[in-house]
Amino acid sequence: MNYKYFPHTEDDIREMLQVCGVEDLEGLYAELPDSVKLGRDYRLPDAKSEIEVRREFEALGKENTPLVCFAGAGVYDHYTPAVINYVTQRSEFLTSYTPYQAEISQGTLQYIFEYQTLMADLTGMSISNASMYDGATATAEAMMMAMASVKKADRILISATLNPAVIRVTQTYAHFHGVNLIVIPEKNGVTDFDFMKSELEKGGVAGVIVGQPNYYGIIEDLSGIAELCHQNKALLIMNCPASTLAVLRTPGEWGADIAVGDGQSLGLPMNYGGPYVGYFCTTEALIRKMPGRIVGGTTDSDGKRTFVLTMQAREQHIRRQKATSNICTNQGMMTLFVTMYMSLMGPQGLKEVNEQSYAGAHYLHDELLKTGKFADAFPGQPFFNEFCVRTDTDIEQMQGKLLAEGILGGIRLTSEGKKDCILFAVTEKRTKAEIDKMVSLIKEA
Amino acid sequence: MNNTYYGKLIFELSKKGRVGYSLPKNEFATYSTTQLPDHLLRKSGTILPEADEQTVVRHYTNMSNNNFGVDTGFYPLGSCTMKYNPKINEEMAALPAFSALHPTQPASTAQGALKVYYNVQQMLSELTGLSEFTLNPYAGAHGELTGLMIISTYHQKRGDLKRKKIIIPDSAHGTNPASAAVCGLEVVEVKSLENGRVDVEALKPLLSDEVAGMMMTNPNTLGLFETEIPEITRLVHECGGLMYYDGANLNPLLGVCRPGDMGFDVMHLNLHKTFSTPHGGGGPGAGPVGVRKGLEEYLPSPHVRKNDAGQFYLDYDANSLGSISSFLGNFTVILKAYAFLLSAGREHFKLMGPLAVLNANYIKEALKDVYELPIEGLCKHEFVFNGLKDKSTHVTTLDIAKRLLDYGFHAPTIYFPLLFHEALMIEPTETESKDTLDSFIATMRTIAEEAAQQPNVVKTAPHHTPTKRMDDVKAVKEPHLTYKSYTA
Repeated sequence: MNYKYFPHTEDDIREMLQVCGVEDLEGLYAELPDSVKLGRDYRLPDAKSEIEVRREFEALGKENTPLVCFAGAGVYDHYTPAVINYVTQRSEFLTSYTPYQAEISQGTLQYIFEYQTLMADLTGMSISNASMYDGATATAEAMMMAMASVKKADRILISATLNPAVIRVTQTYAHFHGVNLIVIPEKNGVTDFDFMKSELEKGGVAGVIVGQPNYYGIIEDLSGIAELCHQNKALLIMNCPASTLAVLRTPGEWGADIAVGDGQSLGLPMNYGGPYVGYFCTTEALIRKMPGRIVGGTTDSDGKRTFVLTMQAREQHIRRQKATSNICTNQGMMTLFVTMYMSLMGPQGLKEVNEQSYAGAHYLHDELLKTGKFADAFPGQPFFNEFCVRTDTDIEQMQGKLLAEGILGGIRLTSEGKKDCILFAVTEKRTKAEIDKMVSLIKEA
Repeated sequence: MNNTYYGKLIFELSKKGRVGYSLPKNEFATYSTTQLPDHLLRKSGTILPEADEQTVVRHYTNMSNNNFGVDTGFYPLGSCTMKYNPKINEEMAALPAFSALHPTQPASTAQGALKVYYNVQQMLSELTGLSEFTLNPYAGAHGELTGLMIISTYHQKRGDLKRKKIIIPDSAHGTNPASAAVCGLEVVEVKSLENGRVDVEALKPLLSDEVAGMMMTNPNTLGLFETEIPEITRLVHECGGLMYYDGANLNPLLGVCRPGDMGFDVMHLNLHKTFSTPHGGGGPGAGPVGVRKGLEEYLPSPHVRKNDAGQFYLDYDANSLGSISSFLGNFTVILKAYAFLLSAGREHFKLMGPLAVLNANYIKEALKDVYELPIEGLCKHEFVFNGLKDKSTHVTTLDIAKRLLDYGFHAPTIYFPLLFHEALMIEPTETESKDTLDSFIATMRTIAEEAAQQPNVVKTAPHHTPTKRMDDVKAVKEPHLTYKSYTA
């Protein structure tokens, strides 16, 4: 056999088969109908040694191009402190399962409890679940939770200024779950307040979903929206990139009922789209409708403070089709990752990361406008670490030229009427030299 | 694992003025968020801790010592396939050539990443006998939901709109009916026979032109191969429904048979079970979904394909069910699974199933004289005991599970499936040696003896773990869901 992941010797196999009362390994499948048996070897490549596996990955890695990143759209190139990868790789964390046996899972349970505390604090909400797959699916879950929480309602409103990836996923869930999801149009880069108001006043709206900052990087003025929602018995659901909440007015402060979003901006590597972590926070009044795992504090028989999975009566393994969601577990390692990130950064560090990202984005914005090739896509709107500009320049050619220099020069918008717009994002990792280089390349184009 | 309790929270280590980060000097200090309108800014204080780097490292290292993983010891958690997680996988997945990629960067600059997707899709197709895989679903339950969306889309596109019922065996994981409900389908439960398999006679009257399909877990949660599969798939197809294969338990069938050859139309796999990626205390996982020929166009968007020039690209098929993830799923998990696929290759995949089945049957046969085995015969990856054979001791499955922790083993899955009151569900996987199994068997026999002679030792277990039995009722009655409730 000689395979490092199989510990069986020939003698072991013989002795074990004997105990099982079976002659050979094939005999272990005696009850299978012959018609379903494969009866041949898999058509797979021969097994590779560790050296060969490494070679293959290194060769594949060379087919990717590392880029200086000015793209965002929900995924930001923030710095990951070295200690996080170091500690999260500890196999007591990495190779454990969902913490069913609390007595030997206090590590996992405790970091989830810390995570819940930190996320509730960051969003300004009272409680958080143990996390979800990503910000988009967390938003879809919030939609379904609103439908289950509000009586006599038949539809949900979602702002067109949300990240299109989030809208797409929410629309898919809405289609199959049977939710009438209505898109609130955009007006000068922000949610069309008048449209939202008139839809809400018709009645029957279970929830309104808005993004903050929105897809275009704009910080929307949401004054009065929570009140308007609540007057019309609808829940306000806000989707925010987690890191920005250290500086920006929180969903709690805006009066939201559910806060969801992606935790990627809390130092998670971009990883070509995943894994990230979706956060989900809400008010105490809505806790029994919340999807996902929840960890709570209790004591053990010695009276020590300990943590357990709790409020499980909402979940699929108990309630089956009547559960609040089909989600089975949480995003484990990514939860630990962002918990460690927040613990290291602390209040000052998280603020400083956002300050530098904000400042870099505003510097880039002003430098781009100075070239005379760009104008604000949405004049007069305040933005955070990301902004949208319009140009007459051939965008494809310009981005191609930047790529050739190893620069990911923003994201071209694809929606109708916005194909001459680019979305640029800046994080604390971008230097003035990098920004100046990109601007000068654009100037020459 | 030591048994030293570490019970501090990061908030209790915080001291004003400490920092655990360093950042470059701000080069653009003329810009500041204070220039934003005041009412757009955060006003609330924060509980974020102030701690130096070493304090943070020690805190989480101490916490990890209160945890048990596959690397700590035997983890026979039924239906979870806790096999060894190879370390080379971790190292490959962390290469910056992959981790630094932005999901929107042009496909031409991410050909290596896309090639991994394409190769994994192809290899999963060969291992399962299905035509095409999407790697976008984030987890097993997410895969189930995606698979059901594919089934619904198939009926909807044909204008067959009244097919809203989905048949699910009573032994299924809870996620099956829950995923069906999220997908807007009505769950119809089909009973199991005394031999643990789906009752074909009970299935027949449930079939109609309102049936969208049927979900089956095979081997089922009792660890039994569903021997009537050829007849069941024939019946469901005859009534116009599609067959869904829950591949959570596929591991024991590797090398022996394939869902596609059994007549299944759609299935999901758990890369964090069968394909060795770590469970990570809950995630991230990955739940790829495969479909038979003819259903490929309904797979979620985007989908990785290869053009005639050999270039990989992202396809957005107009007939796709839509997007179920922001991008291409949990890429890092797919990288780890790819390393596993390459390492195992043709030679070792064919033995993976048989060795997993050998391990499970070995434990079952060695213990069935002291633990009650409700269903005799060959099991596959796992089997279920219904507690101790001797019921007079009043030692429960929970007690046995907790006592195992004292002896350095993780507990099996308990009280599932619901078909037996004292279910102890044991899955060893193929990466465990006979020596480990022998020591587990000896311990289970010791516990049975303890149950008879000094039951109180078992009933009050665990005694040697970092913490003792928990008060779960108190956690619900006096909820502490954030640290704030301890300081209020």
